[in-house]
Amino acid sequence: MKLDSKIPEGHISQKWTDYKDHLRLVAPNNRPKIDIIVVGTGLAGASAAASFAEMGYNVKAFCYQDSPRRAHSIAAQGGINAAKNYQNDGDSTFRLFYDTIKGGDYRAREANVHRLAEVSGNIIDQCVAQGVPFARDYGGMLDNRSFGGTQVQRTFYAAGQTGQQLLLGAYSSLSRQIGLGKIDMYNRHEMLELVKVDGKARGIIARNLITGELERHSAHAVIIASGGYGNVYFLSTNAMGSNVTAGWKVHKQGALFANPCYVQIHPTCIPVHGTNQSKLTLMSESLRNSGRIWVPKKKEDAEAIRAGKMKPTQIAEEDRDYYLERKYPAFGNLVPRDVASRAAKEVCDAGHGIEANDTNEGVYLDFSTEIQSKGKQTAYAKGNHNPSQEEIISLGKKWLEEKYGNLFTMYQKITDENPYETPMKIYPAVHYTMGGVWVDYNLQSTIPGCFVAGEANFSDHGANRLGASALMQGLADGYFVLPYTVSNYLADDIRTGKISTDLPEFIEAEKNVKDLINKFLTNDGTKTVDHFHKRLGNIMWNKVGMGRNEKGLTEAISEIAALKEEFYKEVYVPGSADELNPELEKVLRVADFIELGQLMAIDALQRKESCGGHFREEYQDAEGETLRDDENFKFVGAWEYKGYDISKEELHKEELKYEFIKIAARNYK
Amino acid sequence: MSAAKNINITLNIWRQKNSQSKGKMETYKLNDVSTASSFLEMLDQLNEQLVNERKEPIAFDHDCREGICGMCSLYINGRAHGPDTGITTCQLHMRMFNDGDTIVIEPWRSVAFPVIKDLIVDRTSFDRIQQAGGFVSVNTSGNTIDANTIPVPKDDADKAFEAAACIGCGACVATCKNGSAMLFVGAKVSQYALLPQGKVEATNRVLNMVRQMDEEGFGNCTNTGACEIECPKGISLENIARMNREYLSASCKG
Repeated sequence: MKLDSKIPEGHISQKWTDYKDHLRLVAPNNRPKIDIIVVGTGLAGASAAASFAEMGYNVKAFCYQDSPRRAHSIAAQGGINAAKNYQNDGDSTFRLFYDTIKGGDYRAREANVHRLAEVSGNIIDQCVAQGVPFARDYGGMLDNRSFGGTQVQRTFYAAGQTGQQLLLGAYSSLSRQIGLGKIDMYNRHEMLELVKVDGKARGIIARNLITGELERHSAHAVIIASGGYGNVYFLSTNAMGSNVTAGWKVHKQGALFANPCYVQIHPTCIPVHGTNQSKLTLMSESLRNSGRIWVPKKKEDAEAIRAGKMKPTQIAEEDRDYYLERKYPAFGNLVPRDVASRAAKEVCDAGHGIEANDTNEGVYLDFSTEIQSKGKQTAYAKGNHNPSQEEIISLGKKWLEEKYGNLFTMYQKITDENPYETPMKIYPAVHYTMGGVWVDYNLQSTIPGCFVAGEANFSDHGANRLGASALMQGLADGYFVLPYTVSNYLADDIRTGKISTDLPEFIEAEKNVKDLINKFLTNDGTKTVDHFHKRLGNIMWNKVGMGRNEKGLTEAISEIAALKEEFYKEVYVPGSADELNPELEKVLRVADFIELGQLMAIDALQRKESCGGHFREEYQDAEGETLRDDENFKFVGAWEYKGYDISKEELHKEELKYEFIKIAARNYK
Repeated sequence: MSAAKNINITLNIWRQKNSQSKGKMETYKLNDVSTASSFLEMLDQLNEQLVNERKEPIAFDHDCREGICGMCSLYINGRAHGPDTGITTCQLHMRMFNDGDTIVIEPWRSVAFPVIKDLIVDRTSFDRIQQAGGFVSVNTSGNTIDANTIPVPKDDADKAFEAAACIGCGACVATCKNGSAMLFVGAKVSQYALLPQGKVEATNRVLNMVRQMDEEGFGNCTNTGACEIECPKGISLENIARMNREYLSASCKG
């Protein structure tokens, strides 16, 4: 198979404009003859579905939640980037493009990323027109903040709920089209198979999660916008239902899966509390502006803390290791996410972790220095040039409360500890997956008519995503890319007519799904679905997590293969197929996670370099930083499914060309 | 800080096979629940126990488990989202309970939220209200005006945001003695009423959304204020007053 990325010719700044101008169109009178299926209603799915319906296509949209408004885009906190340069700090389309490529450690496609930067401004315009209440300054203009180590203020936000506000904006557009009858919305439905007719994507099999009925839905094109696969680790910041099934089914039908080993591990999450934990909660990256990260220098202090015999506030300043400030004096606590996460793992592995859980994994995020400095500043600003220690502390706490009050409250609700009095405990957690279904410049997979958008595809973030870029990509794909490229594809379908769901391909696909469901329900094993999911997560976190090496990855591959055998033999699923059955929903998702997990380990083993979120311990420089190998690994690794045995998957390489950006090493020292 | 410990509890939970069947309360014993667990992790633990005993697990709605998606619900010991304020059920922790406690768990109770199974209810009535008018009629184009063309006073933008922070969980309806959805609808109407982008369609919006709200079988507001107290996002009663003003003025125009 030859991978054709279909990147247009021309200068980077003109590619998308010229390309768009020459794409084929479908006339308004023909659009009602064409059906489009959209799977997932997050930022990418909801914005695509609404846009297609506005254009006049018939849309069917699917989500597993009880309402499209609940897709996990809603949980994004920080913001959305756009190259508006409202703050007059020299921002431009090129700079956003450059920062994104560099942030991705030179493993993303230039043309896709430039297009993303080009449409970023349109997204903000569109959202404001929809009534999205972004933060504003006293002049009534939109406010911006800095994010993730960039040198400009290009992040638009709505308090700590930017994802929620953008998703509700897209949901309002979606709702309008549902009300107008242009979108059929299928809540509580899960896509369980892609149906191909004559090699083209022509429909899906979906299960109605309330009645259990399997439904056949046909269309002229199928859009997968089902999000990322972080839940392969069991514990992540993803929603409980977030899954890879739609993307994985497409993969098994012939679409290549690209860079599965690129996973973003976010440094500031609340540590694991025990074996019954179901998910991890993020504490916004913005806290690193005011908090200092440290662990006890002495192992015996760390032990005493874990045993509850000592408190962090009792450890003297000289006995604390502010390891980020020590290792990265230039960026200190504000190094990028992947760097901060690895450093936390390193100190915990060395025995300095402070959390009293099974793994001792946890470090401190301490606000006491900030309380002192801001308290003093505030006192001086009020004309008190000789404040007492009590006055300083009280004013400092007040300053923190104004800035981060809601996050501090959230932390206290979860941990029952007061972060104004004692340092927060944090540890990295799986957050976002850069890999996904391989797509060309049109966002089309290697299956004609099957397009993939948002986190579900691999295209824009390379080996590491910058903060506030996920929301930008989801909406760019849905509002401003797919409407053009999908129409171009559908121009051939104006005479096709309705696709019958009685075709043998639909009957066979439905039968396969039914057989799989029956297999699980009649398996009569001895272990629950979660039992297997947790074991998979354990393997993934320990061997395909923040630090990876050849030995661990090789072990992971065979352990996951063995786990798969045991899973199919021993899993027990209660209930029946024709009812609401959450255990059945889970088993179908976990089956796909197990296969994907194995492929992630295979991909990580193949990539003998360190880049972004992918850190191979064998490939680091003398100071322990990532060591890229541009000579041999400057490619997208795209995998082709070859049957039940995942170790047989075949690697295809798409060479990455950097014509407009000069490749350099990332340095944060 | 209180160290996590394990407690033993008794649970009285509403079980109902499907929307047609009759439900009833059933009692379960659950031991060794860590007080550091969230309430939903406690239910996970119970379900794991039930599945291992070859019994049917309890169906309940949940997704993000960080208080923002609005999917979790549950009426716990007679309160929507349980005995703590400003949070959703997924943010409730077991340290709020004591060893030996009996905890009563019911689904949201409202005519407009029929039970689907056990603790899961159908809240699509909220979606239909949104479809009736909860939007600005602007198509995707990339050619709307520049985002900074119309300044919006910070106070209005902040108030619109506070209203838009509603997560659509339905606690307001569940806790209201009249089963009223006016806090939910008021918040959506207010968001648009406060922004210049929402003004053009203001008249039709409020009329259509209120009409749909009534058709769905939600009750009326009698200013008790329970909704505001139980709302996990602190949506203010002011929004209901604003909706009433909008409605009155729209009715006069209409």
